[in-house]
Amino acid sequence: MRNYALLVLLISSITTMSQNCDHSLSGIVTDIHDGQLLIGVTVIIANSEQAVQTGVDGTFSFSNLCNDTYYIQVSHPYCLTKGFTVRVSGDTTKAFKLEHHIEELNRITIEGKAYSDKTKTILESTINKDELERFSSGSLGDALKNLSGVSSLSTGNTVVKPMINGLHSSRVVIINNGVRMEDQEWGAEHAPNIDINTVSNLTVIKGAGALQFSGDAVGGVIIAEASKVPVKDSLYGKTLMTAASNGRGLSLSSQLTKSYQNGWYSTLQGTLKQFGDFETPDYVLSNTGIFERNASLKVGFNRFDYGIEAYYSIFKNEIGILAASHLGGAQDQIRALESPIPLIINDFSYTTDAPKQDVTHHLATIKGFKKFDDFGKLSLQYDFQRNNRLEYDIRRGDDKNKASSDLQLDTHTVLLDLDAPLTDKIVLKTGLMAKYQKNVANPDTGVRRLIPDFQMYDLGMYFVMDYQLNDQWLLEAGGRFDYSFMDVFKFYRTSFWELRNYDQLFPEIVLEELENQILTNPELSFNNGSGTLGASYAFGKNSKLFFNYSIASRAPNSSELFSEGLHHSASRIELGDLRFNSEISHKVSLTFQKANDVFSFQINPYINTISDFIVNEPTGIQQTVRGNFQVWEYRQTNAQLLGIDVDVSYEFAKNYRLNTQFSLVKGNDRTNDAPLIGMPPANLSNQIVYQNPKFNNLRLALQSAYHFKQNDYPDTNFEVFNPETERSQIVDFSTPPDAYHLLNFSSSIDLNINQKSKFTVGFTITNLLDTSYRNYLNRLRFYADDLGRNFLLNLKINY
Amino acid sequence: MKNMKFLTAALFISSLFIGCSKDDAPAPVNEEEVITTLTVTLVPNDGGTAITLQSRDLDGDGSDAPVITTGDLTTGVTYRGRIVLLNETVDPADDITEEVEEESLEHQFFYTSGGDLDITISNENLDTDGNKLGTEFTLVAGAASSGTLTFTLRHEPTKPNTGLEDAGGETDIFATFSVSVE
Repeated sequence: MRNYALLVLLISSITTMSQNCDHSLSGIVTDIHDGQLLIGVTVIIANSEQAVQTGVDGTFSFSNLCNDTYYIQVSHPYCLTKGFTVRVSGDTTKAFKLEHHIEELNRITIEGKAYSDKTKTILESTINKDELERFSSGSLGDALKNLSGVSSLSTGNTVVKPMINGLHSSRVVIINNGVRMEDQEWGAEHAPNIDINTVSNLTVIKGAGALQFSGDAVGGVIIAEASKVPVKDSLYGKTLMTAASNGRGLSLSSQLTKSYQNGWYSTLQGTLKQFGDFETPDYVLSNTGIFERNASLKVGFNRFDYGIEAYYSIFKNEIGILAASHLGGAQDQIRALESPIPLIINDFSYTTDAPKQDVTHHLATIKGFKKFDDFGKLSLQYDFQRNNRLEYDIRRGDDKNKASSDLQLDTHTVLLDLDAPLTDKIVLKTGLMAKYQKNVANPDTGVRRLIPDFQMYDLGMYFVMDYQLNDQWLLEAGGRFDYSFMDVFKFYRTSFWELRNYDQLFPEIVLEELENQILTNPELSFNNGSGTLGASYAFGKNSKLFFNYSIASRAPNSSELFSEGLHHSASRIELGDLRFNSEISHKVSLTFQKANDVFSFQINPYINTISDFIVNEPTGIQQTVRGNFQVWEYRQTNAQLLGIDVDVSYEFAKNYRLNTQFSLVKGNDRTNDAPLIGMPPANLSNQIVYQNPKFNNLRLALQSAYHFKQNDYPDTNFEVFNPETERSQIVDFSTPPDAYHLLNFSSSIDLNINQKSKFTVGFTITNLLDTSYRNYLNRLRFYADDLGRNFLLNLKINY
Repeated sequence: MKNMKFLTAALFISSLFIGCSKDDAPAPVNEEEVITTLTVTLVPNDGGTAITLQSRDLDGDGSDAPVITTGDLTTGVTYRGRIVLLNETVDPADDITEEVEEESLEHQFFYTSGGDLDITISNENLDTDGNKLGTEFTLVAGAASSGTLTFTLRHEPTKPNTGLEDAGGETDIFATFSVSVE
């Protein structure tokens, strides 16, 4: 045997000798994701005894090789072993790449930096999957308002819009799965059309610094991301069910993912939610039920250095609006304000009648990326969105069951992005965006269009560069330019056209004069520049300072430009202005962060100065045969928002943690030297959490939330003549409601069924003390109290 | 992959061109539910000249205020009153009174006198359930006086009721006239 081996060796040595085998193969092994050098990687030449490990510089070297083809196996404990075929010709060098995070990706839960930072010099706030799952039966807005600096503008308790540092609607950009949501977000009573159950990581950027997404996020950006799918053969999913006492409803959400070692994956997800009338401590909020149905399908292929993904989702939501909020003119408003309880209270019911909203949002996207060694990551994305919004009012005659507003907004977007590490220290992100949008207001409603028919074209380009100067300093700079063109067909009432002097100012846009309406064709274009400049500085033990200055420009939206008429659902007349230009915000934000396992602290003061800020405020009363209506007019002013957000988290004993949050914002109309309308009042939240990972991950939390009274508000009260008393009567439409304090309790425990399945039971009580309160930022606060106590049972199965 | 890129680009560009045509100007909406005009005709029982009270707002809830026409009543005279609602934004004008009377269960007119006006008004017509509707009424003018007379139409009021206070519903019409009795 030994002789035989010797003989083989001898023969092989002869052959090698004859081939002149004194060449070398050397090279480097790096991480495919970030180019990081991999240390301790075993490199083996197959069918030989030769094996080496990479050193601290990630390099390896073999000598005495022949001019031949070798099969090389590269392995690392945290990587998938890969084989390469290498042709050695003379002294050869070769670079190998390994998928280093494979172990991390194999875990179903991915936390922390699995989702990359969106901006480097504004501290991001995130909500992870576990927290989001507690809001499974609620909405995106419900989950977001638990972050410091984020509040909500709501219409009842099912239409919840996120508000960042006092700003909302068109000033807050929402990115869903890489797609900028175009769901008629201009409307204060239009909630984001996203199923919270599709989101596994939610990031809030309180500022416009993330220029890769938009240049007009005067308030900020919210990024919703789905969980990443591992590259391995696997089938997993989860089902969540929540039952709630208030609203007597149920929410059910399920998702299933199949993935393959070769990179293919698909996820199917669906949600069903139904609630009846919600209740305050004292009465039923009639006609406030909700029926929501969502589904999504994702199919993709991920090979680390290239991939493609197609995604489609449908979101359908029917939301009842408090019956008592549908009013005629000012006389009805007075009655509603004077009554301590809503004017209409019926028995509990699951059916919703007018007034209500019925919204359907389709989102389809296809995106691909490719990583180039010397170039970076190039991504191309196309998305299509169709938003159909039906709003029903109480109507008369044949129109009874017809929507009063039927808007369909179609959006097509193409994005081309490049993420290129120019050097070890400089990373460049740059890209182009082209967007086409078409809004059609269905004339069959028999109600004049509140938003006109229009087509819009947008082109944008951006770059953001960050430079890691040294271990302490990181600098970031970026710029963006957006051009938008709007081609509009708008019918103006002749009386309004003349009142505003548009007949003198814009005679050229008139297409046709009808009996009491004028058809016009406004063509508007806006050039918007935006930029960001920032730095972060790491110092001491776990301390970091972030500084950012961002300039954002936002073109006025179709509502601000063209509203003209009675908005039934708000029982007020809203008037836009064709002459508006873009509003420009300058925001300076500073964040100090100190974080370690036991104690973390963040403080974030900011100042946001906005020129030509578009504000919508009551300006007077208009008489009609139907009575007097409040007129809300959009106007431009110079505004300034000053605020501070504070977060503290302290583990004061093992498994016990105290979380404190405080937010304050002051908005000032600098032109009129008056407070801005609708600014969130200060709020303070304290939460004690007990969590024991060793005892079935038992978690108990008690939260105290104190909402201060808003003392800074403009006086927008108006006077109405009361014919009975022959005197004018003041209608107090501006005084904010009193401060209130809420206690919330939540708990959960994990029960392991077997190796692969986990069962989690959660029990939550919101408004534990059944406190009656009204929230300044709830548009229905004039008519009814907010929600009373609510018991929620959450069941979750991971499989 | 390459094909896909080309396809998406082509799709996007073609959609741009489809969108560009100018001839698809939208149709105007003439609101059918708008009430522009409330006319109250008061015919005296003694055969005298009829009095007309009118609130007319031709731009609906547009910026123009309603034009009010009023008249004076005579002491001691009993009037037969009739309310007519019109939508004059369409041609010919729509008679909304017919709709209100067809949906009589969901509507009711209320009459409120203010100031010192000395009059008595009583409802004359009923809905299909025998509750008040009020598009027809009787007005008795008392002593010489002046004040306001207001007509309120409530949609979906609580029926029966004792007056505006407990009627609830939503106000569809609210028209006030300065009136004197001479």
